[in-house]
This record gives sequence, C-alpha cells and structure tokens, in this order.
Amino acid sequence: MSLLHTGAFVCISLALVLAFYRLVRGPSLPDRVLSLDLTTTLVVGLITVYAVSTGQPLYLDMVVVLALISFLATVAYAHYIEKGGMPWRRR
Amino acid sequence: MAQAVGDVLVFLGALWMLVAAIGVARMPDLFQRMHASTKSPTLGLALLMLGASLHFGAVHITARALAVVVFYFITAPVAAHVLGRAAYLSGVTLWEGTLEDQLKGRYTPHTHQLRSTPTEEMGEEG
Repeated sequence: MSLLHTGAFVCISLALVLAFYRLVRGPSLPDRVLSLDLTTTLVVGLITVYAVSTGQPLYLDMVVVLALISFLATVAYAHYIEKGGMPWRRR
Repeated sequence: MAQAVGDVLVFLGALWMLVAAIGVARMPDLFQRMHASTKSPTLGLALLMLGASLHFGAVHITARALAVVVFYFITAPVAAHVLGRAAYLSGVTLWEGTLEDQLKGRYTPHTHQLRSTPTEEMGEEG
C-alpha cells in the first residue's frame, strides 16, 4: 500500500467522522438526511479507494449498485419530510 | 506511469470528499451545508473514478467507472433538489445573517405549488 492510498483512506475516514458529527448534532431532520446522503457517497469513495489499494476491480460492482441506491433513500426521506415531516415546526 | 497518475487522482478525489465533509460540519445553515455536500462529492467521485480507471487500465473497469459517474451526475442533483424543497416547505430556519429569502410567500401553503408572485397572506406571517 503506497503513501497515496494511505492518505486517501485517512481523508475519507476523517470525512466520515465529520459527517457522523453532523448526524448526531444536526439541529433538524433534513440535516440528518443530508448527512446520511453524504455518508453513502463517502462509503462509495471508500470502496473505490479499497478496490484501487488492493488491486481487486471486482469491488467496483458494489460501487455501481450503491451509487444507484443512495439516491432512492434520500428521495424517500424527502417525500416523508414534505408530506408531514416536522410537525413541531410547521408554519 | 498511468498507474501513478491514477493514484494521485484517487488521492485528490478523497481530498475533495474531505472538503465536502468539512463544509457539512462547519456551515451554519442547512442550505449552505447542502451547497457543500452536493457539488464537491460529485467532483470527488468523478476524480476517484477517473483515477480507478487509470489505475487498472482495462476497458471493462473504465465502463463501470463511467457508469457510476453518469448515474451520480444524474441522481445527485435530483436528490438535492427534492431534499431542499422538502426542507424549505417544512420550515427549516435560515441563517441569521441571511439578507433575502426570495422564495418567501411564493409557495401556496397547502398545495405546495410555486408561484411567480408572492401571495398576500403568506407574505405577512412568514
């Protein structure tokens, strides 16, 4: 494992920690949904870095699947937020 | 040579994802966080996929990487738009330094339709 791969792993791991901070801290529900969306993208990046680092291109199939799935989760959350999401803050 | 360039591109893509996460953790407002979390991971993912296809240097890997980039470029703006609209309609508070809210009063309250001119009763109460 070269130094660049280690650096990429460190960057994405720090990014996951920061996204988890926003997931815990986030003052409203859309903040948490946004953080989960970012987490999925970061996991996609992490799998790509792992595939490059281990030299196994088969992991890129999982990247294709995950890049399609993450969008569906965000759209479903947004649908429920819009339909009646935060009743304590309705205007 | 191409493998080294691919490794550098993978590192740059991971760095862009870190920039996006810093923006999400530090920005004061949901919509500014969304600004950070929508664009830079897209560029980061494109760099990562370009780096992976350069690293492996095979046609089927390049096709997969291109498919991921195309899927993400289509779906990420849709997800961001739907989430931003839902957040605005459910009344997420804006940053206190916000100068102007141009969408204020343009959504009818119950049907969630967008109008080009603000309605009167929505413009008064908020």
